[in-house]
Amino acid sequence: MALLSYREAVAAAIAHEMRRDESVVFLGEDIAAAGGVFKTTGGLLEEFGEKRVRDTPISEQAILGAAMGAAMTGLRPIAEIMFSDFFAVCWDIIANQVAKSRYMTDGQFAFPMVVRSANGAGSRFGAQHSQSLENWAMMVPGLKVVAPSCAADVKGMLCAAIRDPDPVLFFEQKSLYGTKQEVPDGEHVVPLGKAAVLREGGDVTIAALAAMVPRAMAAAEQLASEHGVQATVIDVRSLVPLDTTTIFESVSATGRLVTVEENPRLCGWGAELSSLVAEELFWDLEGPIVRVTTPHIPLPAADNLEDEVLPGPARIVEAVTKLVD
Amino acid sequence: MTDQQINSETRLRLYRLMRECRELEQRAYDLFMQNLVKGTSHLGLGQEAVAAGFGAAMNADDYTFCTYRGHNHTLVRGVAMDAILGELMGRECGLMRGKGGSMHLTSVEHGVMGSYAIIGAHLPVAAGAAWSAQYRGTQQVAVCFFGDGTTNIGAFHEALNFAVIWNLPVIFVCENNKYMEYTPIEAVTAVANPAADRASAYSLDPILIDGNDVELVYRTASEAIARARAGKGPSLIEAQTYRHGGHSRADPGKYRPDEEVAAWKARDPLDAHRAKLVEAGVDEETIDLIDAQVMSAIDEATETAKASPPPPREIAYIDVWADGGVEWRC
Ligand SMILES: Cc1ncc(C[n+]2csc(CCOP(=O)(O)OP(=O)(O)O)c2C)c(N)n1
Ligand SMILES: [Mg+2]
Repeated sequence: MALLSYREAVAAAIAHEMRRDESVVFLGEDIAAAGGVFKTTGGLLEEFGEKRVRDTPISEQAILGAAMGAAMTGLRPIAEIMFSDFFAVCWDIIANQVAKSRYMTDGQFAFPMVVRSANGAGSRFGAQHSQSLENWAMMVPGLKVVAPSCAADVKGMLCAAIRDPDPVLFFEQKSLYGTKQEVPDGEHVVPLGKAAVLREGGDVTIAALAAMVPRAMAAAEQLASEHGVQATVIDVRSLVPLDTTTIFESVSATGRLVTVEENPRLCGWGAELSSLVAEELFWDLEGPIVRVTTPHIPLPAADNLEDEVLPGPARIVEAVTKLVD
Repeated sequence: MTDQQINSETRLRLYRLMRECRELEQRAYDLFMQNLVKGTSHLGLGQEAVAAGFGAAMNADDYTFCTYRGHNHTLVRGVAMDAILGELMGRECGLMRGKGGSMHLTSVEHGVMGSYAIIGAHLPVAAGAAWSAQYRGTQQVAVCFFGDGTTNIGAFHEALNFAVIWNLPVIFVCENNKYMEYTPIEAVTAVANPAADRASAYSLDPILIDGNDVELVYRTASEAIARARAGKGPSLIEAQTYRHGGHSRADPGKYRPDEEVAAWKARDPLDAHRAKLVEAGVDEETIDLIDAQVMSAIDEATETAKASPPPPREIAYIDVWADGGVEWRC
């Protein structure tokens, strides 16, 4: 075990996989010599050299296109898109090319590639550098989509993503980069498609993702100590594949589901989960499914405004207490 | 490489490849008019010399990346005619069993690494395949075909810069057929030669050739491929050509002046090459025999495709993921 930050876990995972597999290569803007604009990839160039760890121009289509071409011909590329907001300038490669080419060629291709990106709010970067865009990816058949909430999962899930035979979009929550946790040394692989039950309680299931996970945990503590409400908190972690087994088991037991999503309201991952639960677990429910999300607005930059609109423990507590009353 | 170095066998091969392209596309058009090819189809009638010249110059393990107008480029890599026609017709014998259609012909075993229908998308992908070849230390090159209109999309410029700075073994081939879908390229482009005039921006030599001269295409392709194999990096080639028909489907192409169409048809790459062969002493019977062989192969492929059933329904539900499945939950 070693105490690693969420940011250090990124480099630890990439280094671990590059040591064990020569076909793993890494490309992106400022990732090599500079060690990444979020300092997530320091040391990789020094250890693996410029043949495997490559700085690119500001050419997001070229970065992802090159990763795709490399993946279809035997490499396992990891590409970094600096901010997930920049997916808007290269989404064609993700959504039209990588996601569909296996299917439409009757299975002739596989794309063992990972696209990592800094996602989400909390850093006061404003509307074009703070979005939570997991749902863009989730709605495209052919993409696996994960978003870890802690350093151990960053390492374990990034290793799993790099080994995965399918394209994985790996969303790193940028406000979590400084958070620290004990992370297993050496081989530590967390399979994709497994939600984590972080806390168990019989009254309500709170499903959260990425930066919303610590907030949901804080809310659960407060619910227990101040309201006598016992909550199960599930870190969904993986949106595709989605671990409905674990989530459904909990919702069946508690009869109540609250989702906590950083994304704006419409079509967030929680909407899909709510629809699944309504369809398949309706008779187990003891109340409506409630979604706590950012309102349907672009994100403002000022500290107090950003804090105002993002879901926090207080809003989660309020939603849950209303539900269990 | 001088004229003499193209041996007579290759010259005949170039002719045969072009004839195959011509007749296959003509057949695809007929089948479209009979409603046996559904959806859409973009033909390369008139542009055969580019596909044939490159196809003949490539090694079996080189990579081809083409556009929706990619039937010719696929065929010249050795893909079976019935598999191509079957794919256009949505039949089980199709190259991808009807899951891709006319715009996405792909045959990895023949090095055809996809046909791409979003303008420009495949240029960076071809660069990536070339990067992979470079990384793995193979001698493979990637050849990427696209149209004049594609030189105005960002991916073209990103891919060129990227390929140059990484010195990748990729050849970008612009088939300048003078038109996007319906708009003449000169009406929307800052330079006269949409690819060649941009080459210097990427420190590449401008290469502008007559794309209807199949031997010239073959020689130019051979040189660029040899350069790439020797580690000397990418090339950008603009081949001037013309599509005899419209952009797609049954488009009659009426937005083009009659004289322009007539002038280009008078420069038909097949006629020109045939005349050259005869001039070089090949007897007409030899050429006629090739024509007859190609026609009968196409007739046979057409019958095979027509007799092939629609693809089984189950295949709609496979191959989203590498394990062959479509499941998104667990
Ligand atoms: C990004 C994008 N924009 C527009 C289109 C629609 N479109 C299909 S083909 C075409 C013309 C392309 O012209 P060119 O690159 O010259 O190729 P050609 O069809 O002449 O071979 C257009 C605009 C598209 N497929 N993708
Ligand atoms: Mg054109």
